[in-house]
Amino acid sequence: MLDIQNLTVDLPAGADRKHAVSELSLQLKPSEILCIVGESGSGKSIMARAVMGLLPKPHVRASAGKILFEGEDLLAASPGRMREIRGNRISMIFQEPMTALNPLMTIRDQIEEVIFTHQEMPKEQRFQRMVNILKDVHLPDPERILYSYPHQLSGGQRQRAMIAMALIFEPAVLIADEPTTALDVTTQAQILSLIRDLEKKHNTGVLFITHDFGVVAEIADRVAVMQHGHLVEFGEAKQILNAPRHPYTRSLIAAVPSLTPRAPKPVKTESVVLDVQRLNKTFRSGGGLFGGTSARVVHAVKEVHLSIRRSETLGIVGESGSGKSTVARCIVRLIEPDDGSVHLGDIDLLAKTRRQLRPYRRRVQMVFQDPFASLNPRRKVADLISEGPMVHGLPKNEALDRAYKLLDLVGLDPRAADRYPHEFSGGQRQRIGIARALALEPEILIADEPVSALDVSVQAQILKLLADIRDRLQLSLLFITHDLRVASQVCDSLAVMLNGEIVEYGTTRDIFLNPQHNYTRQLLKAVPGKNWNIPGLEAPP
Amino acid sequence: MQDFWRRFKRNRAAVFGLTILMAIVCLALAAPLIYTQSPFRVVSKPFLPPFGEYPLGTDVLGRDVLAGIVHGARISLLIGILATVVAVFTGTLVGGISGYYGGFVDDLLMRITEFFQTIPSFIFAILLVAILAPSIGSIIIAVGVVSWPPIARLVRGEFMTMRNREFVQACLVMGMRDLRVIFQQILPNTISPIIVTGSLMVASAILIESALSFLGLGDPNIHGRGRENPFAHRLVVMRHSRNRHPACRSGY
Repeated sequence: MLDIQNLTVDLPAGADRKHAVSELSLQLKPSEILCIVGESGSGKSIMARAVMGLLPKPHVRASAGKILFEGEDLLAASPGRMREIRGNRISMIFQEPMTALNPLMTIRDQIEEVIFTHQEMPKEQRFQRMVNILKDVHLPDPERILYSYPHQLSGGQRQRAMIAMALIFEPAVLIADEPTTALDVTTQAQILSLIRDLEKKHNTGVLFITHDFGVVAEIADRVAVMQHGHLVEFGEAKQILNAPRHPYTRSLIAAVPSLTPRAPKPVKTESVVLDVQRLNKTFRSGGGLFGGTSARVVHAVKEVHLSIRRSETLGIVGESGSGKSTVARCIVRLIEPDDGSVHLGDIDLLAKTRRQLRPYRRRVQMVFQDPFASLNPRRKVADLISEGPMVHGLPKNEALDRAYKLLDLVGLDPRAADRYPHEFSGGQRQRIGIARALALEPEILIADEPVSALDVSVQAQILKLLADIRDRLQLSLLFITHDLRVASQVCDSLAVMLNGEIVEYGTTRDIFLNPQHNYTRQLLKAVPGKNWNIPGLEAPP
Repeated sequence: MQDFWRRFKRNRAAVFGLTILMAIVCLALAAPLIYTQSPFRVVSKPFLPPFGEYPLGTDVLGRDVLAGIVHGARISLLIGILATVVAVFTGTLVGGISGYYGGFVDDLLMRITEFFQTIPSFIFAILLVAILAPSIGSIIIAVGVVSWPPIARLVRGEFMTMRNREFVQACLVMGMRDLRVIFQQILPNTISPIIVTGSLMVASAILIESALSFLGLGDPNIHGRGRENPFAHRLVVMRHSRNRHPACRSGY
């Protein structure tokens, strides 16, 4: 039904390769889900936009090949014809539901726009059709949703509204560009099952773009793997997931962390290095000078207790808004908690004033999530790493010495010391961030979602690096993540957080094999691809 | 440094702008060499037309107009740059502290800034110069005082964004002192908008100074740019040759 033949999309001069997509050929059958997998920069989004005719011409344009949709070549179609097709026969949904919906229009106005573009319909019929499609996407209380603005809905609801807009004319092809990447794992599970149901019900062919193999395992019928603009493997999902042939696919699958937790380290006999008791933080906003009803109160952290022993890795897992990052920031006092104590050995970090706290800061350091924002763009790498020790009194040449040793430890060339952060990739910047945190020789390292912003193969390397460093330096690690696969491989113990509270706490093995709390069970059920046994391929060096 | 000049030379508009700026600065610096005597000196008959012995003619008292302009350039540039430095320094200090600390300090400093912003700036400048007695120093202070609020707001906005950036948080976790974070970490990253606003501010500082001189509030000992105009204005209907001059001279 959709037949892409030898598609080549050019990039403007000065890009890191000549073609975004090179001689790509694939076919989409009706009523199947075809997953396009690849890392960032592989060209999968460009290919999707080429099908829809949304390429940013004239700089990026299709220079060769055909895209045949029901016999018609879309690349040769006139703009008017493409407008007729979009939304009607081929629809697209995007990654960020908040930016894909117009914040100033109600959902009803936006869906009506789609209807007006393609058909004349009397008012009653329009309304009924909209209500029906909202029911189809499992949105409760469709009438209320129709009259709401996007900011009044949750992420999952917005995404469903977008899917409703895309499916209102029962298109033959639905292109989904990473639609669940920005959603929580439980919401993601709901949206994935919704897409599967709708595909069966309306006989739609779905082109699903993702970088997550778990999602592929969950819903794909067939899989296409892309690398640097080339299609490297294409076939049935079962075959590719369990016996991949191309070396790139093999390396990608080898990098996916398994859901089976590894054996926990015997740490019961070690001393407790960090003990957090009764941690509380409430954010108040609004109110103004005179208080009043506009004041909002958010209990970000409620009565959190945790403790980490020497050499132990404690993971905090939870969805966005659960309070896990707030806990980390309260421990290092980037945010001042309202109540509680944080004992580092004998010393209570929260009882000290900021000035008294300064010498103790070196014992707890942090690695941040966004590799692009966590390094000062105007400082050289050597300065970035040696700043910490210099602040604490180490003379400059010794600090620089230490910086070079650390660059070696994290696997970077010592010549990197003279360069600026923008010259490095995301994974390399994260290594620099780790080196910076280690420069102060801390006892405890807090890692706040350190691999969430990285591609899966880079993620595997950074996790391996963290594990090596932790073992070599006998560090205790507090690892915050929303990804249960990563947590199962990295953490000895886990704390599961929901709405500011820890709902379950124990060893990773116990929690995965025998979850007690309802929410933990939901989380584990929602992990995409949990029934897929990752084949034991060798990880790349 | 080499790298910087290479990239700079590639931008034609930048090179063009730099050439013009250098020409004006050189002219200003060379003024005492070309016109060695005071521009206040009477040199010839009044109202000589231009393109004669004196390229722009003479004014109502017989003073050389071009000498006046060239000397005036020095004063205008001096006042413009110094006033901008004062404004940028004050604005950055207030905005930086306000944006970084937030809370009560932010509220207090912003109310002060708003106080200065709600007074019409030119009238305020006139008032200050009149109170402090006209001189180069008082003009610089007056122009600086009315110009700093926009810079403060700009810097405050930048600092508020930067304060939550992860690299600043990393420095705080490291134990860096606040002052060092502000000046060594955040400020270099916010310098671009400050430079842009500052350069535009030099132009408006020069205009304010011209306007003050026009009103007779310029330093009486120095030949400022606007000095010509009071007399010219009255005589514009009398002598046609006058018509071009006011616009040309204060048209920097």
